Amino acid sequence: MSEHETDTGADDPKNSAEPTFEAAEYADGAVTYPPHTVSPNGAERVGAVDLREYEARVVTWTTSTATPPGVREPNTLAIVEFEMGDDYDGPVVRALGQVAPRGDAEDGSEPGDVDVDIGDRVEPVYADDLREPGAGIREPESQEWDGFRFRPVE
Amino acid sequence: MERVAIVGASMTRFGQRDAWVRELLAEAGAAALDDAGVDGDDLDHLYVSNMASGEFEGQTGVPNALAHDLAATPAYTSRIDQTSSSGGAGVYAAWQSVASGASDLTMLVGGEKMTHRTTAEATDVIASLTHPVEYKHGVTLPSFAGLTARLYLDEYDAPRESLGKVAVKNHSNGVDNPHAQFRKEVDLDTVLDSPVVADPLRLYDFCPITDGSAALVFCPASVAEEYVPEDEYAVIAGIGGATDTHVVHERADPTTMGGVVDSSEIAYEMAGIAPDDVDVAELHDMFTILEFLQSEDLGFFEKGEGWKAVEEGVTDRDGELPINTSGGLKSKGHPLGASGVAQVYEIYQQVTGKAGPRQVEADTGLACNVGGFGNCVTTAILEGSQ
Repeated sequence: MSEHETDTGADDPKNSAEPTFEAAEYADGAVTYPPHTVSPNGAERVGAVDLREYEARVVTWTTSTATPPGVREPNTLAIVEFEMGDDYDGPVVRALGQVAPRGDAEDGSEPGDVDVDIGDRVEPVYADDLREPGAGIREPESQEWDGFRFRPVE
Repeated sequence: MERVAIVGASMTRFGQRDAWVRELLAEAGAAALDDAGVDGDDLDHLYVSNMASGEFEGQTGVPNALAHDLAATPAYTSRIDQTSSSGGAGVYAAWQSVASGASDLTMLVGGEKMTHRTTAEATDVIASLTHPVEYKHGVTLPSFAGLTARLYLDEYDAPRESLGKVAVKNHSNGVDNPHAQFRKEVDLDTVLDSPVVADPLRLYDFCPITDGSAALVFCPASVAEEYVPEDEYAVIAGIGGATDTHVVHERADPTTMGGVVDSSEIAYEMAGIAPDDVDVAELHDMFTILEFLQSEDLGFFEKGEGWKAVEEGVTDRDGELPINTSGGLKSKGHPLGASGVAQVYEIYQQVTGKAGPRQVEADTGLACNVGGFGNCVTTAILEGSQ
């Protein structure tokens, strides 16, 4: 197991006790999110990495006001980049996700109450349904609908 | 390999149309056949560029339907779907069919019927091209544009107004295009005051939802004059296609479209020219920010300098390198499968001297058609026969 791997049992997320933010690690040391069959250089997949273990910062963000069926409106999205450590020399590891309001998500904040900027540090916050399955064109059973939002932290 | 000529071209009026996809395709196809002076049964191959007629209106099998409607049977038919770059991919397929010797006469018709859907529905059909980890967050193509525009403005210290000036320029060009969806000038204040769609981008930074169709007829250059006079055809001097990552956030530089870089390098090499040999270009300005990215990734301007070219008027119709003389997707409209075909239609008009009030001095023109958010790209270079 490499230094990037965590013992989450995330190779089979169904066996995990809690949701993981699963990226893939490959034989050439590369990490990608989402996981692919092989790495950008064609190396085979050898394990999983839980991105909850890494700090991330906002690369860019937008607030979309014209959202598709079943999506919160407005919908603030960010691309974040994970800090994988000095020993990591693979491609940058990023993720795109909805932005959660600062503070406690249960405090009555609305989706529009988002305060984020380039360079902000964020933490992943799990959500059961990021959008309403079946409201859009994609077959509900064809993919998962839970995942991680990013909450700016001080 | 045979050099390939374009000897006929047409496009329908773009906009909100009563016609459905079959009728739109037939309208453009019949006009292109007429322009080339041939009949449907002269065609060896017939291609249809279309992204989503099944999803939009429940009509599949459109190439066969078109072959029947145009009396083109038993021509070989195929549908080309490469999302928003279906048109460019169709140009590539049609070029390939003639260059390889498989066909002596090929027609490509691109078309889409979209406006009967709400904006939210149409946006979702288009967003269905995204990876599941993107789609579940409600990402749309406009939101990719907002994400990229914010990063570009921040990295290259470009003013927000420069994006607005792309919209102003392309709307101005569209006034003289009888096929354009919007033939109305807009001023910068109108663009900058329009409603936010994907911050920092506003309504006038985006192309509309559009119905329409366009068509091109291809043959070996060696026999082009059997169809049209010497000065009325164009030659495909170079063409290239390339892909970038499906997942947008995995790109090393989110402000660079690798598919544009790679496809244009192939096209330039085939044509034996450099970027500064291009006289006029049609770029895929589905969003204003895309005109900056493509003009840089095609090698017209240094990285981070595309916005300055717009500010300085270099890309105006009377500038050093006119971009989107047709009005671009921004003003002309963007019926997905038709757009890449209509881009080449405009370049064909320019290099054969048929562009009327939009005419610029051009021997060599380039069309760059982008699918997804740079996911798949086709770049074509046309030269006039003179």
